[in-house]
Amino acid sequence: MKRIEPVIFDLSRSGRGATAQHPPAAETAIPAQFRRRRPPVLPEVSELQAVRHYTRLSQLNYSIDTQFYPLGSCTMKYNPRACNSLAMLPEFLGRHPLAPAATGQGMLACLFELQEMLKAVTGMAAVSLTPMAGAQGEFTGVAMIRAFHRAHGDLARNEIIVPDAAHGTNPATASMCGMKIREIASLANGDVDLAALDAALSPATAGIMLTNPSTLGVFERRITEIERKVHAAGGLVYYDGANLNAILGKVRPGDMGFDVIHTNLHKTFSTPHGGGGPGSGAVGVGERLLPFLPVPVVGRDGDRYRWLDERDLPQSIGQLSGFMGNTGVLLRAYVYMRILGAAGMRRVGEFSTLNANYLLQRLREAGFDAAYPERRASHEFIITLRRQTREQGVTAMDFAKRLLDYGYHAPTTYFPLLVPECLLIEPTETETREELDGFVDALVAIQREAEADAAMLKGAPYTLPVRRLDDVRAAKQLDVAWKPAGA
Amino acid sequence: MPYIPHTDEDIGAMLERIGIRDIDELFDEIPKELRIDSLPGVPAALTEMEVARLMSERAAQDGRPLNFIGAGAYEHHIPAPVWAITTRGEFYSAYTPYQAEASQGTLQVMYEFQSMIASLTAMDVSNASLYDGASALAEACLMAVRAHRRSKSAHILVPVTVNPAWRRVARVITEGQGLVLEELPYCTEQGTTIPQVLERYAGQDITALVIQQPNFFGQLEDADALARWARANGAQVIAVTNPVSLALLTPPGEWGEGGADIACGEAQPFGVPLSSGGPYVGFMATRLEHVRQMPGRIAGRTVDLEGRTGFTLTLQAREQHIRRGKATSNICTNQGLLMTAATIYLSLLGPAGLARVAGACVARTRELVEALTTRCGVRAAFPGPRFHEAVLLLDRPVVPVLESLAAAGIAGGYDLARDFPELGHALLVCATETRTSADIETYARTLHRTLGRAAAAAGVRP
Repeated sequence: MKRIEPVIFDLSRSGRGATAQHPPAAETAIPAQFRRRRPPVLPEVSELQAVRHYTRLSQLNYSIDTQFYPLGSCTMKYNPRACNSLAMLPEFLGRHPLAPAATGQGMLACLFELQEMLKAVTGMAAVSLTPMAGAQGEFTGVAMIRAFHRAHGDLARNEIIVPDAAHGTNPATASMCGMKIREIASLANGDVDLAALDAALSPATAGIMLTNPSTLGVFERRITEIERKVHAAGGLVYYDGANLNAILGKVRPGDMGFDVIHTNLHKTFSTPHGGGGPGSGAVGVGERLLPFLPVPVVGRDGDRYRWLDERDLPQSIGQLSGFMGNTGVLLRAYVYMRILGAAGMRRVGEFSTLNANYLLQRLREAGFDAAYPERRASHEFIITLRRQTREQGVTAMDFAKRLLDYGYHAPTTYFPLLVPECLLIEPTETETREELDGFVDALVAIQREAEADAAMLKGAPYTLPVRRLDDVRAAKQLDVAWKPAGA
Repeated sequence: MPYIPHTDEDIGAMLERIGIRDIDELFDEIPKELRIDSLPGVPAALTEMEVARLMSERAAQDGRPLNFIGAGAYEHHIPAPVWAITTRGEFYSAYTPYQAEASQGTLQVMYEFQSMIASLTAMDVSNASLYDGASALAEACLMAVRAHRRSKSAHILVPVTVNPAWRRVARVITEGQGLVLEELPYCTEQGTTIPQVLERYAGQDITALVIQQPNFFGQLEDADALARWARANGAQVIAVTNPVSLALLTPPGEWGEGGADIACGEAQPFGVPLSSGGPYVGFMATRLEHVRQMPGRIAGRTVDLEGRTGFTLTLQAREQHIRRGKATSNICTNQGLLMTAATIYLSLLGPAGLARVAGACVARTRELVEALTTRCGVRAAFPGPRFHEAVLLLDRPVVPVLESLAAAGIAGGYDLARDFPELGHALLVCATETRTSADIETYARTLHRTLGRAAAAAGVRP
């Protein structure tokens, strides 16, 4: 039976509490002028009530641990439990970020080796682990490109070229860095339109941001030509590592000529997505951008490790987080990479691509339309439901919602924006063939349902804790914080 | 093949279905000259057992020093349920709740977190967290520029008593958009911002004034007076607070009558381990009138087709996946897992427990300062009221003293020489509810010995 879990505040009773967690009362002697007049409204519940409430809430989620989660461009692969438990050893958890480096040599050794491994798999000259998310890695990259041009007195370069298939974070990042955005089109075969690129390049070009394989699920075949054109125009080339999983161990961004990349450790290196964070967006640079790396970076003097800061890297773009980034996430990525090893890294690229191409093949055989039928899939691919929308009146959203009823998380919908009614499907390498087959069966069954009773699909999902939600009401009658009755 | 389930039979059947001979053929669209066939520089695989041994050894190497450092990250007791529940796979391995129907757990936690932050700060609305406190301050500065329509200057006053690392981060993140962050000096006798220095800016177009309470030194600023000046001079107020202190201190929403426009800070003290600096969890709250300028994810309560209560991401038109280059920020995620930990923490502590934690912090720090100043020959730099940190002045450079303490298993504080050289040999110390009287005694005894021995070595009587 479906059961709505109340908001924790509605469980609250004045005077109740998880008192085993409360320290003894102490005399504080804060002068009255600084004191809060009314206590904050926080829940007053027993420990069991809190435990039961949040356990129940967890059970309302779909997750990798419970469902196939083929969310395109997000790389929802298994997050090995060892990565979590070994990053949560008490010594690692208890270490203060400003404690002397002498008391962090074990942690720093892991981070230093992680930098080295990331250099090896990306082909870049140096790595900084400090960006706290993919979007912050992007920010870092564009800020370094900006710093590079400034250092060369090239102040007019204020345009970033972004293909129309790019993640929204690319143009948003360029704006944050004070850059203008030049969007260029993709060709019908998914590759970048080189004529559009030529037209966009100018003395104002600071650089280009590319995802390769792109979010269209195909490898940009003329990458070397693009790289040469942008460099010849005086711009730099940025690699958005969102899809690094597809090519891990098979081809490296550094070898493709990129000047700077960010990697999403929460995608390719399997650190948890955590319901939307924490991420970690380590950046790698080629020789050109080396002086501008964000601080801190782990350095090694003989057999001792220490943090390098602005005093060591005077041209650094600076510091991006309160301390040194998401160390706990970095340790998880480190454990993951050590368990996989060199051969395991290569298998990531191989088997994520195998799973995607197999799934694409099976769906095509089942009558679904690939957006780029003449292309190999990378680790993800796009199905377009344009025909179903025309013939049955059902949309990609209807398919996505109905998939939830079949026990699958939906693929990414309506992204990239240039393919109508699209499902961007990324199965990852950690799924079995049976799971992929089951997903095909579900989509086939939904297709039959669409043909028989399109209206039914419009009402999906039916079996989840809630049915489709009123987003318009959510925005118009804004309720984003609980208020006591009558308040 | 770690974490890859394919049997030989699977591989054969899948290749056959695709119509290719081997996996390498899948990469035939990649130019040959770019392809590699090995990964030198990456070591060979280890089993989980081997990696566990390695990590345990490295952790043991780092040990568990007795911690008296704060400076933006604080050691608090973390109730056992917090991480037992936070690391449940349903929270740990879910993604951003784009499919609301399949993410009601995460969405409701977001809503509860927002409610708690709004109440603690006495602001109308909160987002569902940002990366950390430093980046939250940077985002608050950018937001103030968007929200303050009458101000054209993008000129923000930032007292030097604001966390220096956060000031650096704010500068890096806002620089590209042309913000001017101007530093306000502080009184080196009191360790607080002097409201009179603001008079120099009267009549100027100032977009916002940042106020950190308690400030980086742990001292309490006259937040009311500072906020009143801002209000009277047409500047917005960006509050930076340690959220634990809000159990006791006047919340930003009530500063100087009008209250702050934006409140932000670091919620790491709410159940998030120190973990060498992250992942932490920034927070941001604001007035309802500014909500559309706020960056980051926001969950809202609504109803489904059958009229049942449910939660969904709302006001998404602010965000990068919709607005692309015109979004309020490039932020893509919140800090979901840490926000979950903070929400569970606050549910377990409640108003009474959090007030006790805050009170114990104040009391323990007072006890620490008393012990070190009376027994070790150091003195407190500033006399006024403080929360749970204090600046101590030593008679010699701080770093060697800290190294000596570290060798004795004590993380003794944070050296202020880099950012506050004008204070001389200044050390920032902190004691939370986790430090016992015995811990403080250990610190005092060790510091006494350290300072005494160094003095003896220099031929000086202690």
